[in-house]
Amino acid sequence: MSTINKSATQLTAVVIANKRVGAYHQIIMSVGEVVKDCRPGNFIAISVGGDSSRMILRRAFAISRTSDSSQYGGTIELIVAPHGSGSKWLCEQAEGVELDVVTPLGTSFGIPTEPVNVLLIGGGYGSAPLFGLADVLKARGSRVDMLLGASTGAKIYAPMEGKRSVNSLTIITEDGSMGSTGRVTSTLDSIITDRSIDVIYSCGPMAMLKAITEIADSRQVIHQCAVEEAMACGIGICMTCVLPVRADDGSISMKRSCIDGPVMDGSTVCWDLVGKNPGEFA
Amino acid sequence: MSTVDLSTTLGNAWFPAPIFTASGCASSGKELAQFFPLKDIGAVVTKSVMTKPRHGRPTPRMAETPSGMLNSIGLQGPGIDSFLANDVPWLVAQGARVIVSIAGETADEYAVLARKIRATGGISAIEVNISCPNVENRGLVFATDCDTSARVIDSVRKIIGGEIPIIAKLTPDVTDITSVAKAVHDSGADAVALINTILGMVINIDSMRPHLGGKTGGLSGPAIRPVAVRAIYQVHSALPQLPILGMGGVATGRDALEMILAGASGVSVGTASFGNPTAAISVQRELGELLSARGFTSLRQAVGYAHRVESNEPERDSR
Repeated sequence: MSTINKSATQLTAVVIANKRVGAYHQIIMSVGEVVKDCRPGNFIAISVGGDSSRMILRRAFAISRTSDSSQYGGTIELIVAPHGSGSKWLCEQAEGVELDVVTPLGTSFGIPTEPVNVLLIGGGYGSAPLFGLADVLKARGSRVDMLLGASTGAKIYAPMEGKRSVNSLTIITEDGSMGSTGRVTSTLDSIITDRSIDVIYSCGPMAMLKAITEIADSRQVIHQCAVEEAMACGIGICMTCVLPVRADDGSISMKRSCIDGPVMDGSTVCWDLVGKNPGEFA
Repeated sequence: MSTVDLSTTLGNAWFPAPIFTASGCASSGKELAQFFPLKDIGAVVTKSVMTKPRHGRPTPRMAETPSGMLNSIGLQGPGIDSFLANDVPWLVAQGARVIVSIAGETADEYAVLARKIRATGGISAIEVNISCPNVENRGLVFATDCDTSARVIDSVRKIIGGEIPIIAKLTPDVTDITSVAKAVHDSGADAVALINTILGMVINIDSMRPHLGGKTGGLSGPAIRPVAVRAIYQVHSALPQLPILGMGGVATGRDALEMILAGASGVSVGTASFGNPTAAISVQRELGELLSARGFTSLRQAVGYAHRVESNEPERDSR
C-alpha cells in the first residue's frame, strides 16, 4: 500500500445540518469512523451536481471542525461560500441528502509538543479550519490568539462558539465595517511582539499568505499556511494544483498542494514564482 | 449471471482485464493504490515521461468546462532515470501490469527513452505519446503529420520492436486519423491508443485573457467521448487487424462497452479518476455485467461488434 492518501476513504456522507451564517453556509455531515483520521488542515473532496451533472470534478473544502461524540457518530463541519456552481449546489443540499465524499485528504497543521504562543490568521472564510485547530492547540496548553481579516464585515466568519476556543480575537476589515480598519498584515508585526508569538498558522487568499510569510520570515517566526490552488482531483494524480517550493538544498520543484499541502511551511513556498513559467526557475 | 472472460491482448502482451488507467491521469499509480488494488485492473499506464526532469507549465493549469476539463500540465515529471528506478519497481511489487508512456521533443529522444525501458524489467508495453511539439519541425505536434509520426515510431521500433508492444498514442486533431494510424502501423506500431485530448482554450472574462498559464490546453472528459468513439470506429474499419486501446471521456461501463463495440481491445479511464478515484475499477465491473447481459462470454467477441454486417449477423453465443 502507498503512503500517499493513506487515510483517505471514499464514502457516502449524509447532510445533518445546513445553516446560513452570514455570507456562508455551515454544513455538518456524518462521515462515521473516518472522522478519527481527520486532522485540522485536512480537506474533503465532494462530488457535486448529482449523477447527470455537467460538473465532472470534485470540489475541495477545508474541514472546519470534527466531532466524534454526537448522536450521528462522526461528523465534520464545513464552512462554504456559495461562489461557483459547485459550492452553490452544495449550499442548496438539505438535511438527509447523501453525498459522495473522499476524506481526509492532504497534510495537516503541525501541533507543537510543548505549550507555545500561537497566532491563527484567517482571511475571509479561511478562518474555517482555524477554529478546530484552536481547540487542539488549547487542549495542548498553548496560548491561542486569533486575527481575522476580510474586505468587509459580512465576510468575517467568527461563530460565537469559536470565540470560546481562543484567548483573544482581533477582527480587521478593509472597509472598517467590523473591527479596526486595514489588513491582517497591518497589525501583525506588533502582535508578534506584544504576544511573544512563536508560531503562526494561516489560511486564506494566496496574497495574504505571501504577505504573512514576509513578516514571519523577518521575525523568524514559524509560519504554517494552508494554501489554496485550483485542484481537479484532490488526490495527487492530475498535477494541476502545483506550487513552486524550495527544498533544503535550494532546488525548486513544483509540489502538489493536494498531497504535499494544503498545509505548507510558508518560508519554503516561492510566492514570487507562483504562476510564472517554471522553465525560468534558477 | 455468467462470468465473462475479460482478458485481452495488445500486440503480444496479454492482460487479465481490459480497463487501464490513461497516461497523465494516474501519475505513477501510488496515489490511486489507496482506493483499489492496482493489480485488479488491466494495467497502469504511467504519466508520459521524458529524458530529463521537467517542471511543466505555469499555473493555472486547469479549467473545468461543461462535462469536461482543460489541462495544461506541460509534462511535469521526474525524468526517465528516476522514474525507472523508483516508480516502476514499486508498481511491479504491487503485482500491477505496467505500460510506460514516453514523450520526446525529437525522434532521437524517443529512441533514448526506449533504450532505457528495454533495459528495465517488468514493463508490459510502451506507449509512445506523439502528441508533443516537435522542436525540429517548428514545434508542430508529431502526431499531426504522417511522416514525423512514422519517424518516431520507427526510431522506437529499432530499439524495442518485437520485445514489448509499441502503442502509438494519436491526436484526434487531424483531418484523417486513419492515415496517421496507417503510417504508424506501417512503421512498426503494434497498437494505437485513441484518443489524446483535443486542443482547446478558455478565456477568463474577468482578466479577459486566456485562463490557462499555457494559454491552450487539452480537453478531456465525457465532452470528447463521441469524438473518441468515432476515431476508434474509423480506425478499426480501415485497419481491422490493428489493436486499439480506446480512451476519451469514459466514466462508466456503458462508455467502455461503446468503445469495445467500436473496435477497441482495451479501454483507458482518465479524467473520470479525477472525479472518482474508484472509477477504473467500477467501469471494469460494469463492463463485465453489460457484456454478460448481452450474451457475450468473452470480451474478445464484442471487439468491433458494431461493425458487423446486419444480414450476416452471427449468433453471439456460438462465436
